[in-house]
Amino acid sequence: MSVGLLEVRGLRAGYGTRKVIDALDLPAIAPGEVYSLVGPNAAGKSTLLRALAGLQPASGSVRLDGHELIGLPLAEHARRVTYMPQTLPQGVALRVLESVIGALRTASADDARASIEQRAIGVLERVGILPLALEGLDHLSGGQRQLVSLAQAIAREPRVLLLDEPISALDLRHQLRVMRIVHDLARERGMIVLMVLHDLEIAARWSDGIVMLSRGAVAASGTPSDAITPQALANVYGVRARIERCSAGSLQVMVDDVLEGTGSPS
Amino acid sequence: MSTTTHPAPPLDRDTVLAAYRRIVARRVATVAGLALLCVAAFALDLVTGPSALTPAQLFGGLLDPQSLTPAQSAIVFQVRLPYAVMAVLVGAALSLAGAEMQTILNNPLASPFTLGVSSAASFGAALAIVAGISLPFVPADWMVPLNAFACAFGSVLLLQLMARWRNTGVETVVLLGIALVFAFNALVAFVQFLSSQESLQQLVFWSMGSLSRATWQNTGVLAIALALVTPFSLLAANRLTSLRLGEDRARSFGVDVNRLRFFALLRVSVLAATSVAFVGTIGFIGLVGPHVARLLLGEDHRFLLPASLLTGALIMSLASVASKTLVPGVLMPVGVVTAIVGVPVFLFLIFRRPERT
Repeated sequence: MSVGLLEVRGLRAGYGTRKVIDALDLPAIAPGEVYSLVGPNAAGKSTLLRALAGLQPASGSVRLDGHELIGLPLAEHARRVTYMPQTLPQGVALRVLESVIGALRTASADDARASIEQRAIGVLERVGILPLALEGLDHLSGGQRQLVSLAQAIAREPRVLLLDEPISALDLRHQLRVMRIVHDLARERGMIVLMVLHDLEIAARWSDGIVMLSRGAVAASGTPSDAITPQALANVYGVRARIERCSAGSLQVMVDDVLEGTGSPS
Repeated sequence: MSTTTHPAPPLDRDTVLAAYRRIVARRVATVAGLALLCVAAFALDLVTGPSALTPAQLFGGLLDPQSLTPAQSAIVFQVRLPYAVMAVLVGAALSLAGAEMQTILNNPLASPFTLGVSSAASFGAALAIVAGISLPFVPADWMVPLNAFACAFGSVLLLQLMARWRNTGVETVVLLGIALVFAFNALVAFVQFLSSQESLQQLVFWSMGSLSRATWQNTGVLAIALALVTPFSLLAANRLTSLRLGEDRARSFGVDVNRLRFFALLRVSVLAATSVAFVGTIGFIGLVGPHVARLLLGEDHRFLLPASLLTGALIMSLASVASKTLVPGVLMPVGVVTAIVGVPVFLFLIFRRPERT
């Protein structure tokens, strides 16, 4: 047993009789590490994340710190793992602060009121949206909503944080901000972060490890430079691409062409 | 909505905390204010009526029943008081049921009326009136409400069953509810077609919804139902608030959403079925009550649920007053009045919604 590790072995999940991911193994992820799930549409990324979050039936083994998570009651599971969906619903008459307080209150009804309020305010400060604390959720921009969503998720101080496309609707500035917060939180709190991303360069820059999925199976995994290769991109995305490094050392993906008759059917 | 405006954005933790606590205090004060308004509307409902009973005589009689003549005593204790108490209880029950329904179905138009509960109750009542069904040990005048309750309760359970059958989403539940409305309305029309003229008259009057069916017995039954259900609703308040942030998010916070929905719909069915069984079809309270509460207090269900209960009671008490005063000397069925008051409010709510882009 390895202390604090998230270990996924032989995971199967899907919708009804349709299996989306089948007998999937992930590399063991250590506390403080950030992993990105990448791959084309319909590769099973969100299904995998939801299965790990306990939001849909799954079989196989998901162990955290040596303890099996599959089959745990939802409340027990949620104490260890928090999932952040892609969007925050529209038309909700709640203020930013009370939405975070609500997230905490659902989890820990026994905590004192003052302690919950302080924690919620602390999280807003940490995410940099304290000035928005009393704004209505419906009056926020897409980027601000994503930060509130992140604040709700991290307020619960999970051991594992699962983020489903956390930067998909964000401008460059907000993308950078979210990734930095997530990365720093993982390091500071020893939190395991697994997120679905479409931008390979951002994934490479901010992740310790990459898992590239194709048709519900792992097509490549490892460090960013091991997983994101021209061959993997050709096999998984059906594109001819070059991988280079910029002067700052960041990995750059340059797609030159689409390879006919290869890659994901989607 | 209570989340629309605020002064310049506060920047430090203490300022934010103080501002948030002021908002919470204001909400507590709003709920208390609604409770006071309910008491005032209840008192107005008590003193309103065709008989020449002064407020002083009425309230004096409540404190000292010996001060009233037998006729006055009958008016106060057999008519005014049970009708006014029933108005408060029915309004509170339907509005609380509507608030929970709107949240668990994620649909602002959900209410016991729009999802078939009232139509099912009408069908149950129609069967009892026309077929004259009787059960051993059940008094004859309880058969109509009992049958109405059974059908209304059954309709929500049917809704639950269909929803769980193939694990359908909330949109499908709403569509199924609308299908139930049409199905039960068609069945009521069929029973009406077959019924005698006398039964038809009774049936039409029943379906209008009237407080004149209030007795101390049925008022007591509804009071007990409301007293039993409300604490469970309030205990679910935090989980219901989380559900407003999305089903997946709520589940990720550890909320068993299926269980929450099942028990909320069970509470809704008890409240709505008991209400409509005793007073008939009362529309719009279950829809408008929660909307008014939401506009005043936002969607923190710790405040929304008690406020919905109070706004429902308040609107219903005022509708009861209107039913006695709109046409002098005539007690109109309150169900007619709530619809007249409800439609403009409903239209206002629809048209003030922001346009979708």
